[in-house]
Amino acid sequence: MALRLPSKVLKHILSFIDSNEDRNSVSLVCKSWFETERKTRKRVFVGNCYAVTPAAVARRFPEMRSLTLKGKPHFADYNLVPDGWGGYACPWIEAMAAKSPSLEEIRLKRMVVTDECLERIAASFKDFKVLVLTSCEGFSTDGIAAIASTCRNLRVLELRECIVEDLGGDWLSYFPETSTSLVSLDFSCLDSEVKISDLERLVSRSPNLKSLKLNPAVTLDGLVSILRRAPQLTELGTGSFAAELKPEAFTKLSKAFSNCKQLQSLSGLWDVLPEYLPALYSVCPGLTSLNLSYATVRMPDLVELLRRCSKLQKLWVMDLIEDKGLEAVASYCKELRELRVFPSEPDLDATNIPVTEQGLVYVSKGCRKLESVLYFCVQFTNAALITIARKRPNLKCFRLCVIEPFAPDYKTNEPLDKGFKAIAEGCKDLRRLSVSGLLSDKAFKYIGKHAKKVRMLSIAFAGDSDLMLHHLLSGCQSLKKLEIRDCPFGDTALLENAAKLETMRSLWMSSCFVSFGACKLLSQKMPRLNVEVIDEHPPKTRPESSPVERIYIYRTVAGPRMDTPEFVWTLHKNPEIGVSKLAIK
Amino acid sequence: MITELEMGKGESELELGLGLSLGGGTAAKIAGKSGGGAWGERGRLLTAKDFPSVGSKRAADSPSHAGSSPPRSSQVVGWPPIGSHRMNSLVNNQATKSAREEEEAGKKKVNDDHQPKDVTKKVNGKVQLGFIKVNMDGVAIGRKVDLNAHSSYENLAQTLEDMFFRTNPGTIGLTGQFTKPLRLLDGSSEFVLTYEDKEGDWMLVGDVPWRMFITSVKRLRVMKTSEANGLAARHQEPKERQRNQPA
Repeated sequence: MALRLPSKVLKHILSFIDSNEDRNSVSLVCKSWFETERKTRKRVFVGNCYAVTPAAVARRFPEMRSLTLKGKPHFADYNLVPDGWGGYACPWIEAMAAKSPSLEEIRLKRMVVTDECLERIAASFKDFKVLVLTSCEGFSTDGIAAIASTCRNLRVLELRECIVEDLGGDWLSYFPETSTSLVSLDFSCLDSEVKISDLERLVSRSPNLKSLKLNPAVTLDGLVSILRRAPQLTELGTGSFAAELKPEAFTKLSKAFSNCKQLQSLSGLWDVLPEYLPALYSVCPGLTSLNLSYATVRMPDLVELLRRCSKLQKLWVMDLIEDKGLEAVASYCKELRELRVFPSEPDLDATNIPVTEQGLVYVSKGCRKLESVLYFCVQFTNAALITIARKRPNLKCFRLCVIEPFAPDYKTNEPLDKGFKAIAEGCKDLRRLSVSGLLSDKAFKYIGKHAKKVRMLSIAFAGDSDLMLHHLLSGCQSLKKLEIRDCPFGDTALLENAAKLETMRSLWMSSCFVSFGACKLLSQKMPRLNVEVIDEHPPKTRPESSPVERIYIYRTVAGPRMDTPEFVWTLHKNPEIGVSKLAIK
Repeated sequence: MITELEMGKGESELELGLGLSLGGGTAAKIAGKSGGGAWGERGRLLTAKDFPSVGSKRAADSPSHAGSSPPRSSQVVGWPPIGSHRMNSLVNNQATKSAREEEEAGKKKVNDDHQPKDVTKKVNGKVQLGFIKVNMDGVAIGRKVDLNAHSSYENLAQTLEDMFFRTNPGTIGLTGQFTKPLRLLDGSSEFVLTYEDKEGDWMLVGDVPWRMFITSVKRLRVMKTSEANGLAARHQEPKERQRNQPA
């Protein structure tokens, strides 16, 4: 006799399960669990917009209220993906408009969004509440105005690091005249000035506003007047933090901040004039998140600020903080969980980088809760990496960027193999890893073997041979995203481990030695992978064995995509390329 | 098991096995076309120069440099990996900073703005002696060598040959080509070793005593012999100058 959990009971149980990973596991149990789960999933996450069709998603999840989509590969952030590659939001919006009109939240990352798209969103979803666009492009402030004016229940509008055609600050005046339901507004990536009076009025009629991130065009004066009207803010992104030095200006600013008793997160801080920093002292004790990564302020001023931030959990800062400043962070910010140190000089030839491996060692020793690191510096040592691994086995995300390509351990002149071995072995919960510096195949043997939970791995200028890629693809049990640039890897490892690629979300390789022939072969043999060759030169003009500029391989149930530009070659689109001439054993 | 890459066997087709990771993979052999042509041609790390039109609106215009020819590593696309918003902001900062510095520099005697920084620049109070940059024509990524770790020109040339044309079997050096010993110093190969001295002149390496060389060298460049011809004429004068100076 088959016992079945009544679907009502299962439904009730599932209402407590939010994690999509868990829900995915639930759907695999049996057909009826699959059915119950899909009818109750409200928040849908699609990590690669080309892995599945919009129609399929709409069909499967009829109760969808929130959709998160990611488009371009991560390396697009560093200009490695040419314009026009793809990642268009429109087909998704069209499909959802037709099939899921109750959609309330849309979050897009690295996608191309047009004004028409935004207008469609505004027109199609009656109860639309949340729009978050991260690293998106293709739209103008007109599209934003459409959202502002039409979505009467809008709670969240965040534009994070988008490229927006800025037609002026008028969009701000399109919010409804009556009280708004705005909880969060982020327009920090826009260039042009907004009218302060518009902003003041908006803030005054948005009683629920908790998070506000201004753009650099907003002056300190403007900031003061906003803060007076919104002392309840928990998250603030300032505008430009510089103005003519006047004592009254300072006093007003100081007072405005001291009234913001609930402020937990502070960012923006462009063009900081150090004389104005003390205005922030009153909010420091309550801060859990501080983004100083645009503040070109020297170490002593930074330390004066940071020593007051005893509750700080997240700190983003420039390398101007120096090792000494990081030593101070290690002693004052005991709650620190995430640290990011960015370079202040973009020029690779600069030899004067103020932070060394010592800075990170200080923080690793002093901050017990540290679990996420992004660190740029010129060079590193194995000893430092070993210490960091030993002190912080709880690291979940470790991204080290040794700016000098191929830089060895500068004290011993050896590759950084031992150091990264220690990280991979010691930090058992590591989910994300970026390696750099001089590395041999050995390093990747260790990583392949020990980094069991790493889901995302980034590699540049590393390795000696194909063996490295083989170690990674045949090891790294949890690997989902692998991105590689400028490494001497070729076809062998890729083809040997073809099956692994179906267990991953995607693989990116640029400036490596993968041949066109291998791409074709992979394409032919693995129909559930989309193999994209991104290359300026048409394949016909080159021999099969010549390396291609970039490849992007991802698993998909949507079949080949139809919106590829000229410079993307796929077997499906270009069948005239013919079958691979490679002999198959 | 993957065998090491074997190249230059002179066979006309590539043979590759498609292992599906089910019990042992098939061993794969990659045979390059004769003369290492197929890999040799394209087998180099690509640079921003290879993507003239395929770029992105996001790319910030890098500050213009003095017309010195060694490819500056700052021209490598997307390195260091900093998002474009941040990059733009940094470039703007640099522009304002250099504008300010130019104003203030009126009184001080400043070296040519685009002179590479002094080898003995202090970093965090520690002096970084001896490391100088080496660039090679056709290779985007520069390297650094520690001059203090070398005792002679032969030493240095050997290190550079190892660096740019690795001699280990189964590995591909920075240029993607396999070994042929370089002989950088005797003028017999495709490349010559040159250096920029404190006065900004480019000279052929090897003309002055080693000790004198290491005090005056600012950076190195492995240049194509064809391009180095101009140097011979150019460096007559400075050479005369040096001969006339007390040792």
